[in-house]
Amino acid sequence: MGATKTNNGNIFSKLIKQQLFIPLAALLILIIFNLIMDPSFLKITLGYNNIGNPVLSGYIIRILDNGSEVAILAIGMTLVTAASGGQDISVGAAVAIAGSVLLRVLCGSNTHPETLQAPIIVGFLVSCLVAMLFGAFNGVLVAYFKIQPMVATLILYTAGRSIAAWVNNNELPIISEASFGYFGGYIPGIPVPTPLIIAVACMVAIGLVLKFTNLRLYTQAVGINESSSKLNGLNPQLIKLLSFVILGICVAVVGLIKVSRNSTINYSVIAKDIEMDAILAVALGGNALGGGKFSMAASIIGAYVIQLLTTTLFKFKVPSDALPAYKAVVVIILVVISAPVVREWFSSMIKKFQTKEVA
Amino acid sequence: MSSKQTTSKPDGMKNGLRNMTDTNLLLTITIAIFFIMYIGAMIFLGSGFRRPQMFFSILNDNAFLIVLSCGLSIVMITRSIDISVGGITALITMCCAVYLDYKGGNVFVSLLLALAIGLAFGLFQGFLIAYLDIQPFIVTLAGMFLARGLTTIVNTNPFNVANEKFVALKNTRVIIPGLGYVTKAGKYVDAYIEIGVVVALIVVVVLFCMLKWTKLGRQFYAVGGNDQSALMLGINVKRTKFLAHLLCGLLAGIGGFVCFLHVGSGAVSNGSGAEMNAIASSIIGGTMLTGGVGNIAGTFFGVLSLSAIKKIVSSAGFDEAWYTGITVAAMLCLFLIIQSVVIARKKKH
Repeated sequence: MGATKTNNGNIFSKLIKQQLFIPLAALLILIIFNLIMDPSFLKITLGYNNIGNPVLSGYIIRILDNGSEVAILAIGMTLVTAASGGQDISVGAAVAIAGSVLLRVLCGSNTHPETLQAPIIVGFLVSCLVAMLFGAFNGVLVAYFKIQPMVATLILYTAGRSIAAWVNNNELPIISEASFGYFGGYIPGIPVPTPLIIAVACMVAIGLVLKFTNLRLYTQAVGINESSSKLNGLNPQLIKLLSFVILGICVAVVGLIKVSRNSTINYSVIAKDIEMDAILAVALGGNALGGGKFSMAASIIGAYVIQLLTTTLFKFKVPSDALPAYKAVVVIILVVISAPVVREWFSSMIKKFQTKEVA
Repeated sequence: MSSKQTTSKPDGMKNGLRNMTDTNLLLTITIAIFFIMYIGAMIFLGSGFRRPQMFFSILNDNAFLIVLSCGLSIVMITRSIDISVGGITALITMCCAVYLDYKGGNVFVSLLLALAIGLAFGLFQGFLIAYLDIQPFIVTLAGMFLARGLTTIVNTNPFNVANEKFVALKNTRVIIPGLGYVTKAGKYVDAYIEIGVVVALIVVVVLFCMLKWTKLGRQFYAVGGNDQSALMLGINVKRTKFLAHLLCGLLAGIGGFVCFLHVGSGAVSNGSGAEMNAIASSIIGGTMLTGGVGNIAGTFFGVLSLSAIKKIVSSAGFDEAWYTGITVAAMLCLFLIIQSVVIARKKKH
């Protein structure tokens, strides 16, 4: 018994040091907890929705569906965090702008158009361009004016929702075109929710980019030590700017999903506090918020942990207003467990335990 | 070195600027811009701004923001951040309102309750940040979620407090002689400030002196400037960071009660966005998130600038809500760029 325990202890302490350990463990604990409370938790059923399209339903599908937005944003946020050592708190406001621009292009001057005034792809590309421009604005402030990211993005955070309202003259356009709803719902014939497909596409895209380009290496180099990366021939300012522009693309994608889900927009409510969730996802993934090394997979898992937590709380009939309090408690527990100080303390405790066993 | 000095000697103004510390330079810019803005409003927007009461009502509305911003300046000087103050404000107003109205408690105990809530948050967050070395942003983000969630658990519906003693305290006004104005009906109206403003001013003065002349105050700057060298100097870095957050929590408690005194109701929406306004005010006042630079007097003027610009935008006839957001953001942008340019130029010399 003693021998196996020492062995276990070694593996365990090695496991604890893995970055993916905390988010995966949190995910597993939450799933197990859900399974105990409700054995049908993992069940996925194929049904038909009211229009007669095949759709998958079940808690897991709902979590994967609703978690897409935060997961997509977590991709961009991870890069920004790693490169600039700070966070972008304007993503929620930027999503509002992107959504507003999208609606403006699709609806033209009419607020309730019978047919779309422009193809959806054109609308998306325009909103993508606008979101990238706003990302570049943040990026320029951070990279060239050397303003701390949180402060620089505070500008867009303050102005974003106002700009979004201004783009549409404070009106709320509604799109009745069915094909627009596909992006936030289901494409006929495909039972998987479209946001999930989009999220997976984004993950594959960023995975390919990280695999075949030097983006990961450069971003980490800039995040770890800006001046030495400069001495090695990198352009740290450009890399920082690039990370903010990539976040801009993520924002535009999320804007499309969010607007498509409701077919309309509410400037003060759309994507509210999503920046906090995205930053939380990065932090829960065990990435250093001060920049440097990062793990994209861990951030994405972090995003789904948050969604799983939210859904679990809803399942226990926690009123949505009180949700943040419970969320906060879980977050605090998670960050305390994953804090280096606490981890070291754990490791030393395990070692003590082992020596006692051996003795 | 000596040649450099001789070349710059004739240019007295430039030399003066160069010898200024970052803190004083940014403070000067803030105060100058505030006065230019306010005098501009007096000239172009006319009667409202020429009345002293306009200035006092800006103070009345933003007394709690002044207190919160002071707390944020202190944590920002020690290179940390606290985004939970707005949530704490909401929680305090709700708890105090419920206590006063449903439980029929007295005002003094409700003040103690407010301070206790603030201190509890400060204690908890400070411990996690300083001793467990967790990112301040995440800890206080959780703090914000916790406070906002607890507020709705205590009570969801906003309501006005009817407790007599409290209402009497809320309506207590400090009359400022000689600065009133005569209304169109020919009636003389005194200029006044609320109790909250007095509290805020006391807080500003006490903290200004503390940061400038006490050992703890200097330690905040040392830790924020460079925690490694602060450690070398024998400063207990962890304790200092902890105390900064504790102080911020206490100030959030005071600020929450001042807010409660001003609005007189418990509501979930109280203090919404206050954390970002407080951070913006501190930045406009010349505090830098990189730590070690900042000044409470600057923060005071930062709050005034931010509130004055909002007032100016709404008085200038742009009543659509979105103008305020855009103007405040534009001003913030302007200040940030001025700061970054000024600091960059100073470093070059």
